[in-house]
Amino acid sequence: MKNRWRILENKIFVRWLSISAILTMVLLLMFFLTLLVSSWPAIKANGFSFLWSKNWDPVNSHFGMLPFLIGTLITSFLALLISAPFSIAAALFLGEFYPKGVIPNIFRNVIDLLAAIPSVVYGFWGLYTIAPLISHLQQKMHLQASGLGIFTASIVLSIMLIPYSVSLIRQVISMTPTPLKEAAYALGSTRREVITKVIIPSNISGISAGFLLSLGRALGETMAVTILIGNAPELPHSIFSPSYTMASVIANEFTEAVDEIHTGSLIEIGLLLFVVTTIINLIGRLIIKRAIA
Amino acid sequence: MEGAILRTENLKVSFGDNLVLKGINMEIAEKQVTAFMGPSGCGKTTILRAINRLHELTPEAKVEGKIFLHSENVYEMEAMTVRRRVGMVFQRPNPFPTMSIADNVISGFILNGIKLKGPEKLQIVEDALRKVALWDEVKDHLKKKGTSLSGGQQQRLCLARAVAMKPEVILLDEPTSALDPLSTAKIEDLLYELKGNYTLIIVTHNMQQAARISDKTAFFYLGELLEYDDTKKVFTNPKNEKTQNYITGRFG
Amino acid sequence: MTPFDTRGLKRRRFKDKIFTSIVWGLTFSCLLVVFIILFYIFKKGIGSINWALFTQGPKPVGELGGGISNAIVGSLMVVVVAALFAIPMGVSVGIYLADNRGKKWAERVAIAVDVLQGIPSIVIGIVIYIWIVKPVGSFSSLSGSVALAIMMLPPIIKNTEETLVLIPNTLKEASLGLGASYFKTTMKILLPTGIGGIFGGCIIGIARITGEVAPLLFTAFGNPAMVKSIFKPVDTVPKVIFAYASSPYDDWRRIAWGGSLILVVFIILLNAIIKLFERKWKVQF
Repeated sequence: MKNRWRILENKIFVRWLSISAILTMVLLLMFFLTLLVSSWPAIKANGFSFLWSKNWDPVNSHFGMLPFLIGTLITSFLALLISAPFSIAAALFLGEFYPKGVIPNIFRNVIDLLAAIPSVVYGFWGLYTIAPLISHLQQKMHLQASGLGIFTASIVLSIMLIPYSVSLIRQVISMTPTPLKEAAYALGSTRREVITKVIIPSNISGISAGFLLSLGRALGETMAVTILIGNAPELPHSIFSPSYTMASVIANEFTEAVDEIHTGSLIEIGLLLFVVTTIINLIGRLIIKRAIA
Repeated sequence: MEGAILRTENLKVSFGDNLVLKGINMEIAEKQVTAFMGPSGCGKTTILRAINRLHELTPEAKVEGKIFLHSENVYEMEAMTVRRRVGMVFQRPNPFPTMSIADNVISGFILNGIKLKGPEKLQIVEDALRKVALWDEVKDHLKKKGTSLSGGQQQRLCLARAVAMKPEVILLDEPTSALDPLSTAKIEDLLYELKGNYTLIIVTHNMQQAARISDKTAFFYLGELLEYDDTKKVFTNPKNEKTQNYITGRFG
Repeated sequence: MTPFDTRGLKRRRFKDKIFTSIVWGLTFSCLLVVFIILFYIFKKGIGSINWALFTQGPKPVGELGGGISNAIVGSLMVVVVAALFAIPMGVSVGIYLADNRGKKWAERVAIAVDVLQGIPSIVIGIVIYIWIVKPVGSFSSLSGSVALAIMMLPPIIKNTEETLVLIPNTLKEASLGLGASYFKTTMKILLPTGIGGIFGGCIIGIARITGEVAPLLFTAFGNPAMVKSIFKPVDTVPKVIFAYASSPYDDWRRIAWGGSLILVVFIILLNAIIKLFERKWKVQF
């Protein structure tokens, strides 16, 4: 009797493990289907012009997401551009200059602290530190000075990306085969030459993947950007202009949207975010896995 | 054979396309020590792991043929039941790192969901530890982690763990290969003493070990059983040329 | 004998020095930024920390004082319930992945976990809104927990998998060799042996979700009242920070700074706990 229970219990357990694993995949599929089905009325109503129409007008039920698309892309790429030198330097510092020891270990933990600060706190902090600085700068440039806009959001976003890109790039860099480096040093190269001519070129795909994954994260970042970008649903004139991102418009309008097409359009934006980040993650992980293996 | 406890019938084991055991027929005598010898890759560990069905953990392993424990085919029984009736000691000491010394001894009961009462538990722990001559060394710190012991003590603890379940057969897979000479000697003494009460099958590289403690010796070569007889006969008067070469150290 | 060629050597050394200084400089500015941000949050927040912040709920507009007790309770409630969903599920998937490494289905599941980790949190909020809030007809703390549970899964799964893979196979064989079932072997040997890493994964998951607002905007929503039911909308600390951050009232911003400090200290403490337990619960094989 007891033995039979043990066998049954074991069978249930093994079955449950497979079910839980499959549920994870089903979850992802359900996400996609849910977004697709729920935005379908909007997709039909908006047509393809949704992607390039620059007019977002809920009152007249006209929906074009171009301002959000442009706002998202500029903000994310700018943030990536600002953070790149810092991320590469810190990754080199921790992965190549001082890979072991107490002090680099402390440095790593300190940089990781950046990941411990919630997005909304970043936004709040940026609102009272970076935004006034930018506003000051705008005044000097005789621009309309609100302090809120693409540039402000990008700076704060770039700080948020640092711990993420540093850890990814450091991993890639530290996998450089030692004989390769030693061969370069043995030829009398300086450290700069080893890094710029051996380490970075031989890891270029892994490093790009690191940035790609960081980009994926930037695209979906919501709270900090929502607080800082100025929320203007129009095409930006300059990098100081207030703008709007895909994630922010969802955050701001989703609970207020009453008509089906408005809600559907917001879900359609969510679907787009889902698809784009999924593709970015699939490609990024694939490259990183190849680079590390 | 009289009093055979284990019998294999045309036992074949393969890993992928690689046939490692090529149809073994043999019987193992009850309450005796049987040594499995042979050069690396001859299949001696493979047959041991076939007996308690550990190959089922390796996806590409395939076992054909039959193994009888008394008169029951091991492959028609529940794997869990087989493994409870056949104990095993591994190459490297592997006490459970989260369990105390005492819990390691009764881990077979814990893992099989058998609740032991206080005095009964102590009795089993003491008996098993005495049998492996570890009791005097550890009786004052039974609550310490099993991994806090030395390598030789750990291996004796693993033997105690197997003994505590009162198995019908104990399989030993090169149990001294990871130990220093002193600990090895202790384990050998122990096996010598256990013989008569237990059926032991020991895989070993060490010829002196086989000669000293075993009643029967089986010599495997490239997946085949070349010679199987009383240990004395195998060592003094081997019938097979390859056995002789191995014993005299000409290869292996 | 040709003389040793030293052309350009000085220049190369100089360039190397410049390069090294740049790397040092940029790395240090990263560290500096960390300290600037943390210092600012502490400076702004420490003055707002008082008894009322923890014990009182929000006051109506115009009245000074009040606190975020409702949001603190709400945050705890949402996070704890999320953990209750995510931990059993995540650990199970982790065990599955560790045991089926290299198999086709396990690879697919692992990819799904990676993709799940990359989904923007706001999108998770939308989906849970459609799944739970819309059919039920009301925002609820429970729906927020479900959204956060999904965000927690990837770190738990990955840490469990990576921890279990490192446990020597011989332990598993020893347990099975004693006649233990796969179930008992997992519960009594493998999980206790890997508890440090698995626990670490759970804490990482909790740290990841505690500061989240985006997935809660359309699920847990917000509620100025103290709530004790998981079926009602509820305030959380990060949500209050978001609501108060750009408010025109000094007193609200003051409370938001206090909330930020509490949140950041809590998450940093969680990180410290991970480091501590990884060391303390490290099992020697």
